[in-house]
Amino acid sequence: MNNSLVSITDYSKEEILSILDSARDFELNPDRKTLDGRVIATLFFEPSTRTRLSFETAVMRLGGSIIGFSDAATSSSSKGETLNDTIHMVSSYADVIVMRHPLEGAARFAAEISPVPVINAGDGANQHPSQTLLDLYSIFKTQGTLENLNICLVGDLKYGRTVHSLIMAMSHFNPTFKFIAPEELKMPEEYKIFCKKHNISFSESTELTDNFNDADILYMTRVQRERFQDLMEYERVKNVYTLKNDMLYNTRKNLKILHPLPRVTEIDPDVDANEKAYYFQQAKNGLYVRQAIVSKVLGVQ
Amino acid sequence: MEKKLKVAALRDGTVIDHIPSDKLFKVVQILHLDTCLNQITLANNLESKKIGSKGLVKIAERALAENETNKLALICPDAKINIIRDFEVIEKRPLFLPDEIVEIVQCANPKCITNHQPVQTRFDVIRDEEKVRLKCRYCEREISREEVKIK
Repeated sequence: MNNSLVSITDYSKEEILSILDSARDFELNPDRKTLDGRVIATLFFEPSTRTRLSFETAVMRLGGSIIGFSDAATSSSSKGETLNDTIHMVSSYADVIVMRHPLEGAARFAAEISPVPVINAGDGANQHPSQTLLDLYSIFKTQGTLENLNICLVGDLKYGRTVHSLIMAMSHFNPTFKFIAPEELKMPEEYKIFCKKHNISFSESTELTDNFNDADILYMTRVQRERFQDLMEYERVKNVYTLKNDMLYNTRKNLKILHPLPRVTEIDPDVDANEKAYYFQQAKNGLYVRQAIVSKVLGVQ
Repeated sequence: MEKKLKVAALRDGTVIDHIPSDKLFKVVQILHLDTCLNQITLANNLESKKIGSKGLVKIAERALAENETNKLALICPDAKINIIRDFEVIEKRPLFLPDEIVEIVQCANPKCITNHQPVQTRFDVIRDEEKVRLKCRYCEREISREEVKIK
């Protein structure tokens, strides 16, 4: 279907690796004119400043132009226009649509009806493939490989969209996972079944401290109060999953700490100066990965 | 003398028998029989040795296509389809659950686009050993056969 990227599972292992290769090339040389004359639409039906700015910068540094909106309230959908009509309208102006929508499946629907490729910038709690690809790129850059790594996932593993996608994407590369989460937010059964089906070994724990000394990657996510049925349980655990600098003493030299951001309390600021903290570079990698995605989708170089 | 309601035998058409009684009207719905102009006979809550209580549907002068009858595999997989020609059963058609189910099933995810915009639902049928699950093409969530809600 027309080069759209809706879900990380739309890409084969080869396609993932080719994006990472391409991102490496863009990192060396992000300012080009390869998208000169192209128009990219950023349709953000719910605001997400970080992702939108990342896509827009990616396009502009390649010489392309942007049209779009950053909030459904300022778009025609506030007048009652259907998504179908909005997509058809925009596709007659733009060469690619980058879309963020609060409803799950919106990007898949848009990709089905759109004559131009659609890149999913997040559909509800479902997919956010450019985030997953930038996570993979970050892992690849820092570890030199994606193969046979020990990856520790921490925090909200029940609702964490980025965590679920990362498991699916890494499944091509023989990882070993450790899941660290409070009981209320532990990794859902369906992902454990996925791991078993793909012969991926994993272990689970509710404890963070001293529990990731053999990890190559520590992927932190936020434990949100709103996700808890039992608020007393939240109060009990809210600090258990906070990363502090003194937890890093016995970790591997090559360990890198990732976080999809925004970071609230789950990584203490005393970690930022530690060379193992990688979350800001991770966000910066998003620029190069998105350049790679937009270029691939447009069939440019 | 007992008065019996005689349901005329079909000369030509389709008979769907052994429909669980609680599913009869879903069958009518799925096959859009409300807009079908052929002579239709519906019966429900009949005694059945096989399943206790059953319903049945007879549609005169129309042989349902396989892709139509296969829609029924989702809600009454053990129903029996007989195609009749000249008062004879010329085909006993088994029901096969198709690989894709379009429009019949509602997505259980309240945040799925199909529940907010005019989008036809599409489910991929996932056969996992003996269990059958339906995966929404759009929001990618899965439901078990038992959780299926007909639109």
